[in-house]
Amino acid sequence: MAEVDYDVVIVGAGPAGSCAAIEAARGGLRTLLLERGPFAGSKNMYGGVIYPRILDDLIPEWWNEVPIQRWVTRRSTMILTETQALSVDFRNDGWAAPPYNGATAYRPEFDRWLADHAVAAGATLLCNTTVTGLLRGASRRSAGIITGVRTDRPDGDVTASVVIACDGVNSFVAKEAGLYGTPNPKNFTLGVKETISLPKRVIDERFGVRDREGVDIEIIGCTGGINGGGFVYTNLETVAVGVVLKLTRLAAQKTRPEDVIAAMKKHSAIAPLVEGGELHEYSAHLIPEAGLSMMPGMTGHGLLVAGDAAALCLAAGIWLEGVNFAMASGMYAGQTAIEAIADGDVSQRGLGGYARRLSDTFVLRDHRKLRRAPELVLSDRVQHLYPSMVAGIAERMFRVDNPAPKPGLRRIVREERKRAGVTLRGLWHDGHDAFRSFG
Amino acid sequence: MTDHDETWPEISFIDRMATTEFNVDDKPHIVVDGKVCTDCSTRECIVACPADLFVPTSDGGIVFNYEQCFECGTCYLVCNREGAISWSYPEGGFGVIFRST
Repeated sequence: MAEVDYDVVIVGAGPAGSCAAIEAARGGLRTLLLERGPFAGSKNMYGGVIYPRILDDLIPEWWNEVPIQRWVTRRSTMILTETQALSVDFRNDGWAAPPYNGATAYRPEFDRWLADHAVAAGATLLCNTTVTGLLRGASRRSAGIITGVRTDRPDGDVTASVVIACDGVNSFVAKEAGLYGTPNPKNFTLGVKETISLPKRVIDERFGVRDREGVDIEIIGCTGGINGGGFVYTNLETVAVGVVLKLTRLAAQKTRPEDVIAAMKKHSAIAPLVEGGELHEYSAHLIPEAGLSMMPGMTGHGLLVAGDAAALCLAAGIWLEGVNFAMASGMYAGQTAIEAIADGDVSQRGLGGYARRLSDTFVLRDHRKLRRAPELVLSDRVQHLYPSMVAGIAERMFRVDNPAPKPGLRRIVREERKRAGVTLRGLWHDGHDAFRSFG
Repeated sequence: MTDHDETWPEISFIDRMATTEFNVDDKPHIVVDGKVCTDCSTRECIVACPADLFVPTSDGGIVFNYEQCFECGTCYLVCNREGAISWSYPEGGFGVIFRST
């Protein structure tokens, strides 16, 4: 192989990039980690919870040092109509102790911590550096092979044997490499979030937790006519409130994102949780929502794609995960780079270990299993008809209408299904889909 | 400013955006050719941009203010006019800086 500046250059110091850098540097590769923000994590926000168990091998006892806000010990799913709320609320004391389950965190703190580990492992972290293009081989033998990146720094070309694109949901690296066709807006959602300041004591009381215990509430039926969902979760001294909106429906409804949040915050089930708090930070980000069906090619000649850049985000209703998929795919990309460079073959075939690693682990197994879930969760019936039906059934069950006798559950279900406009055929279809997806 | 400020008086949009930190570059990273927008009937960017940076002009065009951009990508995805938006990330170190999100 020709003389190169680095063995591997990684674009983007988010969770995927930093985990790739940790692996690569520990494997003895000369590793450059590029970040366009002033520090790792400065461009990143998310909608809730990090599930860090994938770090067990990389950073043993990570829980002793990871900068999290709260450990999630209460997980709720809430179905809203304009005047009703039905919650499934699960609390698990075991999640308040190592190895924990999920955590809320500020991504600028979490991502920075992970990038510090990459530096400690021997990687070079260069912030304030935007990648503007790819370098390709000039000779006939290397034509088409990606040989490095162009940055916006003076004399900013960097050559490397392997480039790992961890440049997020808009991945211009993957697009320039031809791995990503023209992106379809229907595959994306827009996440918009308010971080709201409240005293810790108030948060603890309102959400029924103490110490570092935290709550994550995922909500459906709170986004008006726009297909999507909402969330409320606790940080230590702030509460995060946000919505996730299907891009193609947002504009069609002529409703602005911050108005959707405002309407959700006025709901009687949400208002008492956040009222009196002051807006601390407003943020927004795109989410690659469509799972397996939108994933780009993940391996090129001299190139691997990981994290959101590879659309490795699981938006499956009950499960909403992304950071763990980013960390895992980054690790596997780093391991693959080590292997391919040792073998002297960084062609698409030489980098084939990446696809195998993704395919054999939860990264693609979860996505394959849940491949129908994202579409189902955002479908019109799930979004606009089922919340009304389910809340209607709950209301009729709990309503005491004396002197009328109780109607019986079967009759309630039949009547509420019809009232909500749900056909048996649609219900059967979605039930079948849900069973195949989640079963 | 659009009428949503009156609908939800809890905080003005200017105050909302003031909670987010930006290191603003002298030159814009996103350029909108407002002339292309004059015959656009959907104008989805105006509704969808979470930072409300797309402003319709009296002559039927659209002006884009790059300074408080989240760099999210919503605008180029919803835009259906070829050549209306040239989109890139800000130069290294510039643009949005998230802290508590």
